[in-house]
Amino acid sequence: MTVDTKPGPDVAHLRRPARVRLAWLLLVLAVLTLVMLASVAFGSRAVGWSDITAALAGTDDTLNQAAVVKRIPRTILAALVGAALALSGAAMQGVTRNPLADPGILGVNMGAMLAIAVGMTTVGLYTATAYIWAAIAGAALSSLFVYAVGSLGRAGPTPLKIALAGAATSAALASLVVAVVLPRGDIAENFQSWQVGGVGGATWDSIGHVLPFLAAGLAICLLCARALNSLALGDDMAAALGERVAVIRGIAALGAVVLCGAATAVAGPIAFVGLIVPHLCRLLVGLDHRWLLPFATLVGAALLTAADVVGRVVNRPDEIEAGIITALIGAPFFIYIVRRQKVREL
Amino acid sequence: MTSTTLDAVTRGRVRRTRRRRAVLATLGVAVAAMATVSLMVGQTFYPPGDVLRVILGETVPGASFTVGELRLPRTVLALATGLCFGMGGVTFQTMMRNPLASPDIIGISSAASAAAAFAIIVLGLGETGVSIFAIVAALGVAVIIYVLSFKDGVAGTRLVLIGIGIAAMLNSATSYILNQAGQWDLQAATRWLNGSLNGSTWDETIPVLIALLTFGPVLLAQARNLTMLQLGDDTAAALGTRLERTRLVSIVAAVGLIAFATSATGPIAFVAFLAGPIAARLAGPGGSLLLPAGLVGALLVLVADFLGQFAFDTRFPVGVITGVLGAPYLIYLLVRTNRAGGSL
Repeated sequence: MTVDTKPGPDVAHLRRPARVRLAWLLLVLAVLTLVMLASVAFGSRAVGWSDITAALAGTDDTLNQAAVVKRIPRTILAALVGAALALSGAAMQGVTRNPLADPGILGVNMGAMLAIAVGMTTVGLYTATAYIWAAIAGAALSSLFVYAVGSLGRAGPTPLKIALAGAATSAALASLVVAVVLPRGDIAENFQSWQVGGVGGATWDSIGHVLPFLAAGLAICLLCARALNSLALGDDMAAALGERVAVIRGIAALGAVVLCGAATAVAGPIAFVGLIVPHLCRLLVGLDHRWLLPFATLVGAALLTAADVVGRVVNRPDEIEAGIITALIGAPFFIYIVRRQKVREL
Repeated sequence: MTSTTLDAVTRGRVRRTRRRRAVLATLGVAVAAMATVSLMVGQTFYPPGDVLRVILGETVPGASFTVGELRLPRTVLALATGLCFGMGGVTFQTMMRNPLASPDIIGISSAASAAAAFAIIVLGLGETGVSIFAIVAALGVAVIIYVLSFKDGVAGTRLVLIGIGIAAMLNSATSYILNQAGQWDLQAATRWLNGSLNGSTWDETIPVLIALLTFGPVLLAQARNLTMLQLGDDTAAALGTRLERTRLVSIVAAVGLIAFATSATGPIAFVAFLAGPIAARLAGPGGSLLLPAGLVGALLVLVADFLGQFAFDTRFPVGVITGVLGAPYLIYLLVRTNRAGGSL
């Protein structure tokens, strides 16, 4: 990686004045609020406004109100999972300096899934917290593996090699998940959300279990923001600026792994949120991780909530899992990024 | 001096031809043996004599139904799809000069699978309609991938990455189709996402055989030109290969094989990807890989299906077995290429 002494046109283009960032922040907050309201208001059952306001105030006397009450935890979980995945993706892109990094593409989500599946079938894990720990362990192992495979060879970890290693690992792990789950009819029944990812099964309980992990991951990643800025200049430059490169990498990666592991444990493997959102946010607020990471968190929450709403509304009364929607909009974006990059940079 | 050089060249050529023939013969025998075993073994064991009599059309009590109606279509379908995936896969890999550019990695199998699932589950079409749907979709996606990766020429790496993106999208589309039809169960899902031979019938098998007999010879006729393409476009052109014609004919034939096979069994994971490199290892340099790769593909599907049915307490669909076996090889390939410092 070469470091230009003066910022090139791209960098200048991506530097944003504070006023612009604040304006974007307000807009993103407004969008998030709207999307979350929409998520409560729209669903497979059409409900009037009076019922929605009554349900938000806490009553669930009629069927409609009860339906709305059930949408509230789902909305919150969608927002939490989306936020976690987007922040995780942003941190991974920062740590690996790889524009294609995403928990789904790198196979990290599938590692989490396999760990849960193995834990359920062999050790007999059954508590939500145990799933989350297993998922985090699986995510950590698979991300280490992908990084190791992708960084062999002279050029080190290039985005192309890491993306290929991730895709291969993901395919391998997906087959293993099927192989592990298939003999167990009781687990296989719930396989749909396991295989494609979605927030349909949200309860207040699951939110309560996953919240501490997400909070920890969020804190770790946000605290690394300044160090990630140094890392973006290249390892040598970061070391010259007094950062301990390996330590930062490790801590930020840990935060990212905790976030996506915990998110996968409650929602299944949802891909592409962690890819799209950081790229989008870089266009809005620039390259500074101190702005980028919180922004990615908010935008990720809005994106996954919106995907969940779309999945519920498009095909009433059937629901489409949010993971399908994100893949359908995320994959073209992935292709766009691949096309935009010059081949030798990949 | 000249005569000794000539001798050395001749000897080398003879040796390579001998090795190639030996490998082809061994593979052929192995495939035949495995097919026979898969016809004999099951809940009831039938000796080879019974199996042979059923195949020759005699009526054998019990065996006529079990072997003739249940096992035979399954085995023939395994054989045919294996050949299709192997030959189709190695055609792509040879043309792109990149083992990762196989149709199951760059999304062409996923396209055929999504289209077939749509045609069967949503539209309720019969075998012919399903196959046509699958081949049109697969050709369309092949064109889309080629166009998308075209930017100052097609770079193999970009094509592979774009293909991976397309495959992710199409797999989601398959999930969506299964979901929308309210038909999500593990059997259907594994068939269209991983590939399965469960419940094979003659109705599904015959279109695959027809495709094999139509597109197979077309590809074999291109074998020489395909081998030339490996030397690079300029060299191939200088040696008299008509590049564009060879590419067009080969792609259409390979996509045809892949699409017909996929619409019968789903995209049996990694067979198209694995067959070529394994065949290259076995057959050594020189000569076309089409036939060896086809035989390796058939052997892979037969062995994996046999393992999936009988090796474990649970009956696994063939695609799960090939997925679990094939993925480590894919990773090994990446490790080896990365170590060597080459660019994929």
